[in-house]
Amino acid sequence: MRSLFSLVSGALFGAGLFISGMTDTRKVQGWLDIFGDWNPTLAFVLGGAIVPMFFAWRLAKGRRPVTAAQFPPQPPVEIDRRLAVGSLLFGAGWGLAGLCPGPAIASLGYGGVFHWVFFVAMLLGMWLTPYLLRAFQRPNAS
Amino acid sequence: MEPDWIWGLAGGLLIGMGGAVLLWGNGRIMGASGILGGLIDGSGRSEWRERLAFLAGTFLMPLPLYPLFAEVDTHISQSAVVLVVAGLLVGIGTRVANGCTSGHGVCGISRLSLRGIMATVFYLLAGGLTVLLFRHIWEVI
Repeated sequence: MRSLFSLVSGALFGAGLFISGMTDTRKVQGWLDIFGDWNPTLAFVLGGAIVPMFFAWRLAKGRRPVTAAQFPPQPPVEIDRRLAVGSLLFGAGWGLAGLCPGPAIASLGYGGVFHWVFFVAMLLGMWLTPYLLRAFQRPNAS
Repeated sequence: MEPDWIWGLAGGLLIGMGGAVLLWGNGRIMGASGILGGLIDGSGRSEWRERLAFLAGTFLMPLPLYPLFAEVDTHISQSAVVLVVAGLLVGIGTRVANGCTSGHGVCGISRLSLRGIMATVFYLLAGGLTVLLFRHIWEVI
């Protein structure tokens, strides 16, 4: 049952990313390119996506999900160094290639070999992260 | 062909509905980097089945849509060096920050999470600066 919800969610996500044009790196880089040929599409995508999610969060109060005991707990409010540094690194890669993780997955089936190059490098980065975090945190811990 | 923004809005609504299904079905936040990353580093091993199901849906759903749209081009960089560097940055950055455009952006902003909003500010700033530097100043992308 949980896998079915995941599959439906992933399918909606993939369809939305494809239809919205977010797998087109030119549109994404165009959004970030405020000093060049600016493309506002991404704002409509993000805005459109936030609307159903806003209601989904609102209606969650006092209820429970179908297959889980509770909804995700309130997020912490602390803005730590990890959030800032990680998001800055992510943003730099996002700007360079015009791909973030969702569209990187959604475009694998039709985008061609260069999408796989990006995807494999992204997987490698994800795999390396726990080791990198350990290496950087060791001096502080001791 | 209709203007981009209509397709953007329609696609965005679908993305948000996908997030709502995962939240209401499984009590989970729809974050692409978290779902994928948990499989890669082993932290989400116990839920491998539902994670894989989500990724399969994301990967497969564009395939039947692809032939319906004429001239879909992703305009991806043809430089392997750029793509490898960008991929590493995206992979490491999203795992360090514990979220990307879907988790922090869509799901975080919609619940007015300060962390989601601040993460979005940071990656938009870095993305904008990167395009400015690499496109207009060094002209390599």
